[in-house]
Amino acid sequence: MASSASRTENTRPRRVSRFLTRARGVEAVAHGVAFLAASTIVAITALLVFELWINSALSRHKFGWDFLFTSTWDPISGQFGALPFIFGTVVTSALALLISVPLGVGAAIFLAELAPPKISDALTFCIELLAAVPSVIYGLIGIFVLIPALQTIVPPLKSVFGFLPIFSGPFYGVSIFSAGIVLAVMVVPFIISVSREILLAVPRDLREAALALGATRWESTWDVVVPFAKTGIVGSIFLSLARALGETMAVTMVIGNTPRIQASLLAPGYSIAAVIANEFREAAGDLYTSSLIELGLVLFALTIVINGAARLLILATTGKAAS
Amino acid sequence: MNLPSVNKGAASGEVGQRPPESAPKLKSTNLDFYYGTYKALQGISLSIHPNRVTAFIGPSGCGKSTFLRTLNRMYETVRHTRAEGEILLDGEDIFALEVSQLRRRVGMVFQRSNPFPKSIFENVAYGPRVNGTTRKADLQERVERSLRRSALWEEVKDKLHKSAYDLSGGQQQRLCIARALAVDPEVLLLDEPCSALDPIATAKIEDLLFQIKDSCTVVIVTHNMQQAARVADYTGFFLLGKMIEFDSTKVIFKTPSRKETEDYITGRFG
Amino acid sequence: MTGTLSLRRKATNAIMLSATGVCTLLAVGFLFFILGYLLLQGGKDLSLDFFTKLPVPESETGGGMANALAGSAKVLLLATLLGVPIGFLAGVYLAEYGAVGFSSVVRFVTDLLNGVPSIVMGIFVYTLIVLRMKHFSAFAGGVALGIMMIPIALRSTEEFLRAVPDSLREGAMALGASKWKTVATVVIPAAVRGILSGMMLNLARVAGETAPLLFTALGNFYWSPGWNQPIATLPVMIYNYAISPYADQHRQAWAAGFVLLALVLVVNITARSIVASGLHKAR
Repeated sequence: MASSASRTENTRPRRVSRFLTRARGVEAVAHGVAFLAASTIVAITALLVFELWINSALSRHKFGWDFLFTSTWDPISGQFGALPFIFGTVVTSALALLISVPLGVGAAIFLAELAPPKISDALTFCIELLAAVPSVIYGLIGIFVLIPALQTIVPPLKSVFGFLPIFSGPFYGVSIFSAGIVLAVMVVPFIISVSREILLAVPRDLREAALALGATRWESTWDVVVPFAKTGIVGSIFLSLARALGETMAVTMVIGNTPRIQASLLAPGYSIAAVIANEFREAAGDLYTSSLIELGLVLFALTIVINGAARLLILATTGKAAS
Repeated sequence: MNLPSVNKGAASGEVGQRPPESAPKLKSTNLDFYYGTYKALQGISLSIHPNRVTAFIGPSGCGKSTFLRTLNRMYETVRHTRAEGEILLDGEDIFALEVSQLRRRVGMVFQRSNPFPKSIFENVAYGPRVNGTTRKADLQERVERSLRRSALWEEVKDKLHKSAYDLSGGQQQRLCIARALAVDPEVLLLDEPCSALDPIATAKIEDLLFQIKDSCTVVIVTHNMQQAARVADYTGFFLLGKMIEFDSTKVIFKTPSRKETEDYITGRFG
Repeated sequence: MTGTLSLRRKATNAIMLSATGVCTLLAVGFLFFILGYLLLQGGKDLSLDFFTKLPVPESETGGGMANALAGSAKVLLLATLLGVPIGFLAGVYLAEYGAVGFSSVVRFVTDLLNGVPSIVMGIFVYTLIVLRMKHFSAFAGGVALGIMMIPIALRSTEEFLRAVPDSLREGAMALGASKWKTVATVVIPAAVRGILSGMMLNLARVAGETAPLLFTALGNFYWSPGWNQPIATLPVMIYNYAISPYADQHRQAWAAGFVLLALVLVVNITARSIVASGLHKAR
């Protein structure tokens, strides 16, 4: 090989003198340290999955898939079914999206398409600050502001819509409905900021073409720009859904913490995150703890699937705009 | 014929002769270069003479910049590139040298000025620092000397600790030259250093090259034939990854021996 | 007929445009409502005692959250010491060194970690540390928040390093700087503003986290010396006081909420203005 000293491949260091060994040593250390940090992340995540899996083994073996489909949660008799929590989690999140999607997408359209850039930037800054408000603060506002307010607003509405099953039964303030509203306010900023970015990524000439054909401002936005960005907007909604599902504090503070499945949105309920927050520390007995950890595993799996889907959708749109 | 005028100082005393074979500063023999499987350079052989300005001209994509980047192995920062053949620096195989040593000896100035987001002083002191100069007095002395060599000292001596980004485009490029000179390179490679500059800034840099070549061998890539004619002692013409002709600048511009060269010089390539 | 059609189109245009404006106003209104309400409620119950005194038993009134403020600072310090270096170095790896295959694994896993609900992070650190050490501790709380900091630390580092133009890397290497020297003395300094602000936002985000601390740091009514005891933190204190039946504790919760929100927002605004002024300077 020495005779081909004139050949070089940039990935392969060649003859090395003594002086350089040291320089290369430092280089290797720097590379190694960075690599180690990256590997640590992989290791931590693997450990997380492993711990959740191992520590939920008792519950997984005892209840199998029934865990997900039964609704008895009785620590005393040792019966644990996750259905009421899954129900509460899904319903509160769905309710949150029902409220926040029109609001968020509307605001994103305004910020990306209609507002003058300076105003848009200032408002977006406010929206980003809103996203930074800690969830325990939302819980505080939920308990002391939202619930008293709902207690005065809901009864008159109930007298009109009370015949609908979803508005039946007594209303105490804490409820699935209250949790849904708090969650809606919490995820709105995420929908707005991600959707706005996606709308801004839509090529300019597209909307100009529509305007040139005589479309009004709204028509060019709604008929041309939004359809182009649709997949990405759906992605932003998924992203918010994942956040809503995993949200703990604010929900725990207003949902009512009752493990029952009821048709009425005005009835108290429970969510996966809330039951873990409330019962984990006091859980007596390995099966009880193990069941709570399995709930954590379920929540983890749920958010991963939804986050993954969100990422794919957003990539699909931004990729389309780039090409 | 509408030929650019050749500078008077060019290759004085050996106009029209073959370049001397003795002691070239850099010598490339049968150099091939690949981007992945694409062969970008084919069998480049030439000698670059010490204390002279050598220019490479040719249409864009002809390989002149690629060749320049093999001379200090700068191409290695790009993945999937490969050089085959031999390049000697003072008779030493550059591929056997440690790469940072090679680059210290063979400096480079890029097409777009690329000052670091640091002060003017720190920009020029960067090279000496990474190469082991730590004493403040030494650094100051080097910075001043380099800025003087790049004719920037008078303009910046009162604001050495201001950000390099406060300088004009032409000043930034001269700062980059000063930065390269601060490590006392034996060879200075310039990759279209004036392409983003106005005529006045360009003239300043061209003046500079005349002074630098006293202490340094200069290799410049340019798409501007007039510039090559003005500054270079030797000129090489590249086309489609091959070196078509290499000779003293006067020969290349007045009496090229190859038809391709003449076509390019007279503008028949567009 | 075309006249009425175009009138309808015009009306739709006007109505829908205003509707989107109303949506924006509502969203921004939430922020100002929250700010205003906390300022009113929390500001009025804020006193020097809040910053200097320990909590008092439920039967008494008064007292403060000095221990929770110190506790939050302590837990966040540990979290930063753990999360920032790992995330930063891994970000350097991805931006400057990464081999293609392994990098995509790391990116995927980081996204995964970032998506872990905070309460699940609490369970993880509980099983990992609290169960093994047999008690709740400041250490466990710091680890939980530290792991939560890693993904954002990584992403902001990688993003801002990638934004540094390659011409600067080439410039340094052409002067004979080795790879790691180039990265350490040119690339990272060029990106330092952005990275710093990313870290600040990151810290502000975990400073408000409650769920991961519930069964790691737990809580404490007293000072918590060392790293090995349960420790009070501001968010957990707010939660515990908010769900308690005592009016005086509610007042304390509001005051604490005000302090927490003020800290988080100040850090946010500072961080964002650092980036904005940096963009301005680098033309």
